[in-house]
Amino acid sequence: MNLTKVAASLALASLAAASASAFAQVKVGVVSSATGPTALVGIPQKNTVPLLPKKIGDLTVEYIALDDASDPTESVKAVKKLISEEKVDAIIGPSGSPNAMGVIQFVADAGVPMLAPVGTAAVVLPMTDQKKWVFKTTQNDDIIAKALVDYMAKHNVKTLGLIGTADPYGENWAKVMAGLTDKAGIKIVASEKFNRSDNSVTGQALKIIAAKPDAVLVTAPGGPSVLPETTLYDLGYKGHMYQTHGAALPGFLKLGGKKVEGTVLAASLMLVLGEIPDSNPSKKVASEYIAAYEKLNGEKPATFGANVYDAGLLLEKAIPLAEKKGKPGTPEFRAALRDALEQTHELVGTQGVYNMSPTDHSGFDDRGREMITVKDGTWRLLK
Amino acid sequence: MNLQIAMLLGQDGMTNGAIYALLALSILLVFTVTRVLFIPQGEFVAFGALTMATLQAGHAPALVWLLALLAVIATIADLLAGRRDTGRYRFGTGQALRLGYPFVLIGLIQVLPLESLPMALQAALTLALVVPLGPLCYRLFYQPIANAPVLILLIVSVALHVAMVGVGLLIFGPEGARTQPFGEGGLELGPITLNAQTLWVLTASLALIVALYLFFERTLYGKALRATAVNRVGARLMGISPVFAGKASFFLAALIGALSGILIAPITTIYFDSGFIISLKGFVGSIIGGLASYPVAALGALLVGLIEAFSAFFASTYKEVIVFTLIIPFLLWRSLTSRHVEEEE
Repeated sequence: MNLTKVAASLALASLAAASASAFAQVKVGVVSSATGPTALVGIPQKNTVPLLPKKIGDLTVEYIALDDASDPTESVKAVKKLISEEKVDAIIGPSGSPNAMGVIQFVADAGVPMLAPVGTAAVVLPMTDQKKWVFKTTQNDDIIAKALVDYMAKHNVKTLGLIGTADPYGENWAKVMAGLTDKAGIKIVASEKFNRSDNSVTGQALKIIAAKPDAVLVTAPGGPSVLPETTLYDLGYKGHMYQTHGAALPGFLKLGGKKVEGTVLAASLMLVLGEIPDSNPSKKVASEYIAAYEKLNGEKPATFGANVYDAGLLLEKAIPLAEKKGKPGTPEFRAALRDALEQTHELVGTQGVYNMSPTDHSGFDDRGREMITVKDGTWRLLK
Repeated sequence: MNLQIAMLLGQDGMTNGAIYALLALSILLVFTVTRVLFIPQGEFVAFGALTMATLQAGHAPALVWLLALLAVIATIADLLAGRRDTGRYRFGTGQALRLGYPFVLIGLIQVLPLESLPMALQAALTLALVVPLGPLCYRLFYQPIANAPVLILLIVSVALHVAMVGVGLLIFGPEGARTQPFGEGGLELGPITLNAQTLWVLTASLALIVALYLFFERTLYGKALRATAVNRVGARLMGISPVFAGKASFFLAALIGALSGILIAPITTIYFDSGFIISLKGFVGSIIGGLASYPVAALGALLVGLIEAFSAFFASTYKEVIVFTLIIPFLLWRSLTSRHVEEEE
């Protein structure tokens, strides 16, 4: 009796498996930090998953979303699960820079292309045999940094103070800025580090003020970018304040209030969409995304969500090309998908235009990043 | 490094140190009375700060629903326990009050103009919302295993901490919050200005410490708690209920935690998970006090705050390393000088 039951259920299971593979289906894993310290970044990304394309050509796409609780160890577990159990064809995520750095070797070993919506360029630079499986859907730090340094040079900034988080984001920015400021003749007179969880940065701020820089750049992702700036303001620092695209979220304005008035940052055009001319190709894509997201979630998305949306656009373009080389679920398909992603040409995303190449897996150029300032408590385009 | 910088750093260190000192005291209090290492202490700081911010934004804090839920579960647990012990359900005034309290608060929140309330009332409402969670946590999670070994109590603490961080994310969301300062301006003191919030933190901490001292020295309830801390069995023989002692110490811990949260919320951005690292530094302070001495714990916590401020100036990259490495020499010194006492029989 028991044996027949087992046999019957086995037969049923194999039947189900057979019928599932009859519909050609692409499986995409999404890993986001919807809980834990990076939740600010991860939640809009998770909420974007329902907006990703469900049908590409004649293939249906299934998304399997997992939460890594902002923990790099959990990210590795989630990615391994997606690869070995779900046999996904591509992975979107994880949300955090340290999390993404930790999973690169596993996706490379399994040969699964990964679209990482993270800030740090270290996931695709310098290009290695492992990193060729990774594509990054955000602007590289150096594109943003170059815009900032150009602006600083134009506005007579000669000495600069840096304060950043003690994580890959802050470290990479310190490295990028050191190279760029050198060329522009700007001297970095103080470079300080703080932790996201710090409840005071007075010590670091005093050290920066003691060095008397013309301007200070805060390099921190998300909410922590506010504290150094308000502390400097409270201590009476009068120089110019700069922020990276890490500060480009509504919470920055809310937490900073009038103390962050006049801050200059380079970031995605999504912040000032209304002021962008219609000729910019990304305006239409970004408006569509924002409208769809708002309809679904009842609030405007942070730019982090758009990075996941862009990953969907990239896949939409690459999957039909890959389908010609192999069936979804096979190593051939995944390798072809990787090649197809690498050949992405002039694809308009929410934050700019992608032109991938074997050496550039981020593919952004100057289009899509704008100089923005804070005026009367809102983002305004700097002209 | 000149006098002005040293004074500013000192001010910063004292402000944080005062908060760490308060937390060190409440961790110590809970540990000596109930043998629980109260890791979720930090969550009360975060809950206090974020509830205050929610009120100031004019929203009804969803925390009240958590309070209601826990109160309902606690009542059911009490009824079941009463039936097990005496064979019938008992529902006294105490239970009725506890069950009714959150719903009164829900009503109040609906009626009151939260945003325009004076700040003192907002703070009082915040305390009214957050503090009852302390005794409820004790009733539900610690009271049933009050006689378990310290290790098991510690494991429950860790679990409760993780759960509360998760609940915090659910209730308050991932964004950090800051509240409005209690007052503008400040006090001129030589080359620097002590800002108003710093003065508030220092005076409030000092007042609370004095109040705690008077409570433990002068009142019967305070003496009962101290007796429990000295000898649990002896105190019980003298008619001091261990359940009462546990709930009272958790009440005080939640009160101190929530108050600390309200005090620092205007100075820094608090996230749903910020509490842990703050209470961890208070914990370093109470370790310096050997988990036994109140004055040494408070001084130790103050020292942690000062070292943190100065190391942030001299070597910001290694700040946390310096602060938490501080615990090692003190543990060494403690383990060499103090006699080892075995708690468990």
